[in-house]
Amino acid sequence: MPPPPPHRPTSTSTPSGKGELAELKTQLRQLAGSRAPGVEDLKRELYKKVISYMTIGIDVSPLFSEMVMCSATSDVVLKKMCYLYVGNYARVHPDLALLTINFLQKDCQDEYPMIRGLALRSLCSLRVQNLVEYLVGPLRSGLKDTHGYVRTVAVLGVLKLYHIAPNACKDNDFPAMLKELIHRDGDSQLHFSFVSGGIQFFYLMNNEHMIYMIKDFSEWAQCLVLEMVAKYVPEDPNETFDIMNLLEDRLQHANSAVVLATIKVFLNLTMSMADVHQQVYERIKAPLMTLVSSGSPEQSYAVLCHLHLLVMRAPVLFSSDYKHFYCRYSDPSYIKKLKLEMLTAVANENNTYEIVTELSEYAANVDVAIARESIRAVGKIALQQYDVNAIVDRLLQFLEMEKDYVTAETLVLVKDLLRKYPQWSQDCIAVVGNVSSKHVQEPKAKAALLWMLGEYALEMPDAPYVLEGFVESWAEEESPEVRLELLTAVAKCFFRRAPETQKILGAALAAALSDAHQDVHDRGLLYYRLLQHGVETAERVINPPKQAVSVFADTQSSEIKDRIFDEFNTLAVVYQQPSYMFLDKEHRGAFEFSDDTSTNASVTESSETMLASQSVDANDNDLLLSASEKEDTRGNLVSNGSSSYVAPSNSLIDGLGSFTVPPAASSLPTASFAIDDLLGLSLSTNSPESTLAQPSLVLNAKPALNPGAFQQKWRQLPVASTEDYGLSSQAAANLTGPQPLLKHMQTHLIHCIASGGQAPNFKFFFFAQKSNASTGLGYFLVECIINVTARKCTVNYKTDESDLLESFAAVFKSAILNFGV
Amino acid sequence: MISQFFVLSLRGDNIIFRDYRADVPKSSAEIFFRKVKFWKGEEGEEAPPVFNVDGVNYLHVKVAGLLFVATSRVNVSPSLVLELLQRIVRVAKDYLGVLNEESLRKNFVLVYELLDETIDFGYPQTTSTEVLKSYVFNEPITIDAARIPNLGAAAIFMQGSRRMPGTAVTKSVVANEPGGKKREEIFVDIIEKISVTFSSSGYILTSEVDGTIQMKSYLTGNPEIRLALNEDLSIGSGGGSNYEYGGSGGMGMVMLDDCNFHESVRLDDFDLDRTLTLVPPDGEFPVMNYRMTQEFKVPFKVYPTISDVGAFKAELVLKVRAEFANTITANSVVLRVPLPKSTTRATFQLELGASGQSTDFKESNKMMEWSLRKVTGGSEHLLRVKLTLSQERNANIKKETGPVSMNFTIPMYNASRLQVRYLQIVKKSKTYNPYRWVRYVTHANSYVVRL
Repeated sequence: MPPPPPHRPTSTSTPSGKGELAELKTQLRQLAGSRAPGVEDLKRELYKKVISYMTIGIDVSPLFSEMVMCSATSDVVLKKMCYLYVGNYARVHPDLALLTINFLQKDCQDEYPMIRGLALRSLCSLRVQNLVEYLVGPLRSGLKDTHGYVRTVAVLGVLKLYHIAPNACKDNDFPAMLKELIHRDGDSQLHFSFVSGGIQFFYLMNNEHMIYMIKDFSEWAQCLVLEMVAKYVPEDPNETFDIMNLLEDRLQHANSAVVLATIKVFLNLTMSMADVHQQVYERIKAPLMTLVSSGSPEQSYAVLCHLHLLVMRAPVLFSSDYKHFYCRYSDPSYIKKLKLEMLTAVANENNTYEIVTELSEYAANVDVAIARESIRAVGKIALQQYDVNAIVDRLLQFLEMEKDYVTAETLVLVKDLLRKYPQWSQDCIAVVGNVSSKHVQEPKAKAALLWMLGEYALEMPDAPYVLEGFVESWAEEESPEVRLELLTAVAKCFFRRAPETQKILGAALAAALSDAHQDVHDRGLLYYRLLQHGVETAERVINPPKQAVSVFADTQSSEIKDRIFDEFNTLAVVYQQPSYMFLDKEHRGAFEFSDDTSTNASVTESSETMLASQSVDANDNDLLLSASEKEDTRGNLVSNGSSSYVAPSNSLIDGLGSFTVPPAASSLPTASFAIDDLLGLSLSTNSPESTLAQPSLVLNAKPALNPGAFQQKWRQLPVASTEDYGLSSQAAANLTGPQPLLKHMQTHLIHCIASGGQAPNFKFFFFAQKSNASTGLGYFLVECIINVTARKCTVNYKTDESDLLESFAAVFKSAILNFGV
Repeated sequence: MISQFFVLSLRGDNIIFRDYRADVPKSSAEIFFRKVKFWKGEEGEEAPPVFNVDGVNYLHVKVAGLLFVATSRVNVSPSLVLELLQRIVRVAKDYLGVLNEESLRKNFVLVYELLDETIDFGYPQTTSTEVLKSYVFNEPITIDAARIPNLGAAAIFMQGSRRMPGTAVTKSVVANEPGGKKREEIFVDIIEKISVTFSSSGYILTSEVDGTIQMKSYLTGNPEIRLALNEDLSIGSGGGSNYEYGGSGGMGMVMLDDCNFHESVRLDDFDLDRTLTLVPPDGEFPVMNYRMTQEFKVPFKVYPTISDVGAFKAELVLKVRAEFANTITANSVVLRVPLPKSTTRATFQLELGASGQSTDFKESNKMMEWSLRKVTGGSEHLLRVKLTLSQERNANIKKETGPVSMNFTIPMYNASRLQVRYLQIVKKSKTYNPYRWVRYVTHANSYVVRL
């Protein structure tokens, strides 16, 4: 009989190292064969210790065989701990997985239904190779089990099987078995387990009484059913109203997920009926507001994001509810921010005064971030209203508060306001003139102040002298943005008040010419030469007459907004981005799992099998399943709940909004050489790990970009990276004119948009686009300057796809270095 | 669907970690914690409950100083996941009695057991304490409730010491009492959070009551219950109109803007006589949430004034009046006022004979605080604060001070006047007469007075 092992109180202790593991190992081994009374309790203590190590991330996988050996017991608690352990480590110990499978299979036949169910669940959750053959038998008997618990587990087990091996699922007739089970089984727990998998979709739609039954489902299953109903297109308006009347009371559910899912149904169903759609907005207002004010801040936030979306879509409908969007003292900043945006959106001629008054209160808030946002909100309201008189006053009062950040935000706004309403310059300038430049520290605010000093030099008597102060401290000014603005302001001031400014301009130009920053230097040089050419010419270029700005560019296109709306009740609404922008599979792929190679393998494998499943001839049963899995497999999208299906390639144009991006790499054979090239190259320049971690890049063979658009992009984007490459002597010899390089780069899918120069100096502008990019996005722009004699090439990259820049730079480098080889 | 679920302490330790789909790397907890701790943003912002790092979505709720987190690869419904997290918290609380780091650590195996049944393959299965009972085998190890500082849910209902034992609501729904038999009892709590904003002239700009009728049942055999509310209760249509009715509407009439109900509630008789019928599930749950913007009598009036009293000096006077009946006492009343940024010192002068009051000034954020342990209805309190300023010119002193924000808890008081007329247990046996507790409490949510 082994002596009782000494054990310390569990859970909070940490192992002192390898010794402790070894000790656990011996103890477990001793207990494995023991039948002594009380041995189960000792085992429990040890298991607890192991699980607690596992939780905090200590690798206890060396105990695998001992753990399994000890699990021959009738103690359910022990079994459960063992299953948890096994599920965690079986994947990384394929050699031991077989052992696991054996004992789980045995447990699947246990006399006790609880153990049968638990074992089956664990068996289906193991993600090990060649598991399928062991799964089919237990699943089959699980579905026929006499106990509801086991059947419920089995149904989800089928779903798991479908994930690993769709074909095996079909070949073994599981879909048919499920269908039969649905008809036969009255267990509501089972029913909702079906719904969890979404398997019941068709059945649901063919039998309208299932919507009647929605109240019998658990709230979680209700969410899933509603999610499916939202995709349904009724045959006529009567059916629409029937469904809506049936679901009406779901809007009074305390669970926000149920309410939002119901709202999505209502919005989708009435999309083509403008007046009813508007009624829906009116109807859902109150429930949404109730949800926002009950529950935890986190839950409120999720609901508020949806309310925010609706307000942004139809601000008019919410303009009388503005008081509900006032910030509360206790609101977290993420909620306050949303509320400020909503207040901005609903402001109209009737409520502006009150809203701006309220916002002005927030400007004095101790929460600096919110104070800033509030001032910006006031500014935005001013820019969208016709009667801005009162608001301008309000803004000017902010300047008198003498809080640095308030002054900073306000200056930026006043500048924008003047660009739109030059008629207000009198009032504004009088106040801005009083702002002491000492209180302005932030670059944006400084730039705004300088802009006003230059623009309104005539109205502000001391403008040249303020500017002089700035010029004197040129060297201390860290922000190039401010130095650029200062240069321009001094120049503009000079055109208006030459005698007073001449000296300052000279000093500013001298400072600019010796500035280390390229842009500042260049602008200084430009101004200098323009002035040399003649003051009038210079003024025409530097200070041409301006038109008031009528509309500032909207940050988000309406297309994107619609796309987000289509994804109501998803993360897209919270992030304010369509899902393809944050879930694009191309950007993540399997590479991120580099810390766990076996996962890596299984993920790639499963995605392959899923691709394969899409090519399988669609029959009814297959679709039963794939309907449920559309989110996961990004394949077979069930359209409209009718019996027409959309092939994966067409799902992009599907109106339902499930935007899918085809997997990159292998599916595009034409571009595959680029990948080989990329990998080959980066291996030589980077360590292998970093290559793995790099997102894959495939270039579009026929990107479209006209010179105008190129120019615009070039102006907008910052230089992302600058590289110098040495050229081979052959390359230099080949480069007698631009043409040969153009052709060469084109074979690498990099296109030239402009080129020029004479030997030995050439300049090229290239561009390329990643494949599958949305229109107008995914471009890489390159400026390439080559000096043939020095055999040197300087490359400036710009891109809106900074994640892939490294990959692209590697492709470009390899292309240019291969030139002439 | 959900890929992982984990619970982190505020120091970032994993207390629970469960993987459901193996499609998110195990380092996620660390990535999450770092992101939350060093949230990039403007001054003093906290991480939102939902964010995305490298294609992994992280959703979390903060409860009892712990972070409950779910990760997902797909475009889930954020509300669904957050509700689920909150529900897991509730189930854990039902089982453990008290939810905190210690109780969670002691019972982590039990929590794993719960998680195993609540979520399978990332899909929520059941979050009902009732259903889970039959699948869960670990006995909860309850921690000594006496050692917990007395600010648990039960304490807030205490009006003096006459009401009920403090540990009642912190006991586990499943654990057996040390004495052997479970006490048959049911708690119905009407909890209201009020938000009021006063303008500088003392006029009410906005006011709202957010209420919950919360139930916690320790009854065996799941009897049906009838809960009767005010007969004249009306539930409005559309927010705006209620403001108009406010003054002239029937006296004593309670008009809610909107409300929602727990799924177990049946509303068959609700239109007729304002009764809710339900079979309460085990554990704690909200029977009904409601919202009211109808005008109500505010519990406190605050009169702040600030004035110059010399070149580098100013004086702030705060007067608080409790507007409720003198049989009622408010607890832990705190007033906070941000002072002008040029304040270097604040000297406090309490009334003569003031007891249970304390004051504080934090130089770092220029915030002053006045705490009153107890405030009896009808009483009035005054505080004078002498400020020393570093700046002579203080024309803006009024703008730089405030707003005054107030926190309080008033047991056995509710602002909306929503009442539970009776709580009937529909059960045949005459001898069955469990304890029934109906309790009211009002908290300040956002109680702000502008200067």
